Amino acid sequence: MFEALFQYVNHNLIKNYMEYGADASIVMASLGIVFVLTYFKKWKWLWKEWLTTVDHKKIGIMYILAAIAMLFRGGVDAMMMRTQLAAPNMHFLSAEHYDQIFTTHGTLMILFMAMPFVVGLMNIVVPLQIGARDVAFPYLNAMSFWLFFFAALLFNISFVWGGSPDAGWSSYAPLAGAHYSVGPGENYYLLALTITGIGTIATGINFLVTILRLRAPGMTLLRMPMFTWSVLVTTVLIIFAFPVLAVALIMLLMDRLFAAHFFTVSAGGLPMMWTNLFWFWGHPEVYIVILPAFGVMSEVVSTFSHKRLFGYNAMVVSLVSIAFVSFLTWVHHFFTMGAGAAVNSFFSLSTMLIAVPTGVKVFNWLFTLYRGKIEINTAMLWALAFIPTFTIAGVTGVMLAAAPADYQYHGSAFLVSHFHYALIGGVVFGCLAGLYYWWPKMFGFTLNERWGKRAFWWFFIGFHVCFFPMYIVGLMGMPRRIYTYPAGLGWGPLNLIETIGAYAMGVGFILMVVDIALSTLHREQLKDVTGDPWDGRSLEWSVPSPAPEYNFARIPVVEGRDAFWMMKKGQTQRVDQSETLRPIHMPNNSGRPFLIGVAFFVAGYGFVFEQYILAIIGLLAILFMLAQRSFEYNTDHFIGVDEIRHTEATAGRL
Amino acid sequence: MSMSLDVHGLPQSRVSNTVETPLEFSTEEGSLKIFGFWAFLAQDMILFATLFATYLILHNHTAGGPTSKDLFDVKGFVIETVLLLTSSFTCGLATFEMRKGNVKGTIGWLMVTVLLGMGFVGMEVSEFIHNVSIGATISRSAFLTGFYTLVGTHGSHVSLGILWMILIMIQLWRRGINAVTARKVFIIGLYWHFLDVVWVFIFTAVYLTGRVL
Ligand code: HEM
Ligand SMILES: [Cu+2]
Repeated sequence: MFEALFQYVNHNLIKNYMEYGADASIVMASLGIVFVLTYFKKWKWLWKEWLTTVDHKKIGIMYILAAIAMLFRGGVDAMMMRTQLAAPNMHFLSAEHYDQIFTTHGTLMILFMAMPFVVGLMNIVVPLQIGARDVAFPYLNAMSFWLFFFAALLFNISFVWGGSPDAGWSSYAPLAGAHYSVGPGENYYLLALTITGIGTIATGINFLVTILRLRAPGMTLLRMPMFTWSVLVTTVLIIFAFPVLAVALIMLLMDRLFAAHFFTVSAGGLPMMWTNLFWFWGHPEVYIVILPAFGVMSEVVSTFSHKRLFGYNAMVVSLVSIAFVSFLTWVHHFFTMGAGAAVNSFFSLSTMLIAVPTGVKVFNWLFTLYRGKIEINTAMLWALAFIPTFTIAGVTGVMLAAAPADYQYHGSAFLVSHFHYALIGGVVFGCLAGLYYWWPKMFGFTLNERWGKRAFWWFFIGFHVCFFPMYIVGLMGMPRRIYTYPAGLGWGPLNLIETIGAYAMGVGFILMVVDIALSTLHREQLKDVTGDPWDGRSLEWSVPSPAPEYNFARIPVVEGRDAFWMMKKGQTQRVDQSETLRPIHMPNNSGRPFLIGVAFFVAGYGFVFEQYILAIIGLLAILFMLAQRSFEYNTDHFIGVDEIRHTEATAGRL
Repeated sequence: MSMSLDVHGLPQSRVSNTVETPLEFSTEEGSLKIFGFWAFLAQDMILFATLFATYLILHNHTAGGPTSKDLFDVKGFVIETVLLLTSSFTCGLATFEMRKGNVKGTIGWLMVTVLLGMGFVGMEVSEFIHNVSIGATISRSAFLTGFYTLVGTHGSHVSLGILWMILIMIQLWRRGINAVTARKVFIIGLYWHFLDVVWVFIFTAVYLTGRVL
């Protein structure tokens, strides 16, 4: 009955249109924005305030908005897959469509949702937490954003223009090679990831230098807030891991476009080398997205327990050791390659070893909560939900790490559930906690708690309803990446439950969007007038909300951990308000980062469709604009004392 | 002490402009950019390490085509090496002249560096053209794929370096030596020396080893 209904809808309505649905709604939303901008004559405003901005806070906001849009697009992919799998023998999607959808879903969620979300939070928070006025290289920061943005655009047009990649987000050779993946789909994957990867490497360098060099006087490394620590470690991971991905992508591209033989089966190529290179990046990558989420956890849990973070030093040591070991575990993604008992044992052990520092962190959060004055709000709910959910991810991870057992789990739904517990229960919960927590700092008003909590419960319960049965059905033998399955294996009921859970998560997402919309409408009532709505501990709460362009009118002097908390408790000196203000040196806005993004898009498009003239035009435009920048000497300006005084007075700070 | 605040609100005196501090490090911006460039070189090192690893793994995967012994011409790669090593030396001389505040000397040595660099790239291109003419193309075997990619990536780094150096020479010509141009000369120097070090590895791991193994 259920099945028949779907068959009907499928044959008559959906098949050809549904997969455009998500993109179409993003296009509709964009058109809506275009219309509103034109109607209210806001184009100039958009260009001047946003597209040319080099302000880390605005760049952060743009990253997060883009991440939420991609969460939506990836989420629609997920709904379609879950619909297809709801019952045996369904034909809602064809096998080809299903392959494309799980590929774009995974790629989008990791590279174009988790990454920008995390980088967005980094952008907004890090300079404010360390008492800096911007990142070390604001112009480069804008470039990173526009590279990400245009890469995401390139990847997304694949659905409507030329066909999407369909070899999985891990894009294994030889399947993804020229021979088995004909057409532009796979090229889209390679180019989009290369372009966003270049931006990410720049971000890594930028934040490394920012954190090491721009801390306020007195903020020693061991006085940094834990989020900043997690970002510092993440930047090192980025710098060491992302170049490997970039090289691997270019190699596969050369195989495809120029008949090279890195990963081909013929002429001596080695398909498994792709797998090695991919996971040499891929495993650190999962830590690149989870470590900042750990950082958010530490901030939120300690703020809303109204206690110092428990075990600060242990937290730092575990971050660093996780980062180190994460480069020694990549083979656990393909134990079945058959590298031999010794190799597999090594990687088995190194993988299990990671669980130790991870466990240390979980216990530290628990001890931070212990005997704290716990305040429950939406941010804290996401953080609290993180702990059990992520713990399950860790435990099943250790199960997968046992090489002989992994021969059974590998490529099963059990694995899919493991990494969703880690990526949703860890990264997404963490990012959403961060979003609710820092929202007032970004926009000057808090989000509505009632709708926020509703969204949380739908999403949280939906998540477990969706993914817990997936472990079981995985143990029952259901493989991943299959578009349908026969009846009679006992998988049907569990799959149906999973699909119901997935829909509940969809409802949760919609409620969150409702929350954002409603709160924006009622922002006057929700206004954060103090700049410190949560009784926060670190320096970002010492400035007005939203933070002024220059962040700090006077740079604070730090004398301990939880610098702002100590100031509030009178343990240390507050910033001396009578100290004379001085003009502040700030970088100029520039339209070039945006245009460089456009040029990358053109070059990328040229390579995707093997139209080399276009590709060369794009590359030359990039070179030209880089050279132009080199000749630009007038790159910054001063904000005068009067303007600072005016801004501070408006925020009630004088 | 007159203290002006720079972009990041740090007193400029934090990086004091005394006799010991070279000009390129004298501003906060200069020293940040130099530090940032070291981080860039770190990632570039990983990039080359990956290329080396794949090349070494594919070295014997010649698929019946030409081997490294057949292809590598001792005289050619030795001359290339001499050119590049010399250019690293002249690039160092340019930095030296820059430190002394001698614009003409700086530009002059950069010019010599550029010429030597062009000689190097020219030889590499003609080596590639020759290889292709005898059928050793990138798609002939996995070994050749790895070879062209590794050596070609280095070569295109050098070519970009040449273009970049020319831009800096123009700026030196127009503006003389100041904190900004000094920093640029210093950074291109880092880049150039780095490429030299990479070449030393290519020379040993690819060419020399390829002649014997
Ligand atoms: C205690 C920590 C962890 C352990 C021991 C662990 C272990 C593993 C193992 C052994 C696999 C490979 C299984 C197979 O393919 O058969 C795996 C896959 C995976 N893990 Fe984890 N993991 C841990 C934490 C994480 C975290 C924090 C994330 C992400 C934030 C994550 C994301 C993933 C992903 C995305 C995959 C598979 C991707 C794919 O094949 O498409 N894991 N994990
Ligand atoms: Cu892994």
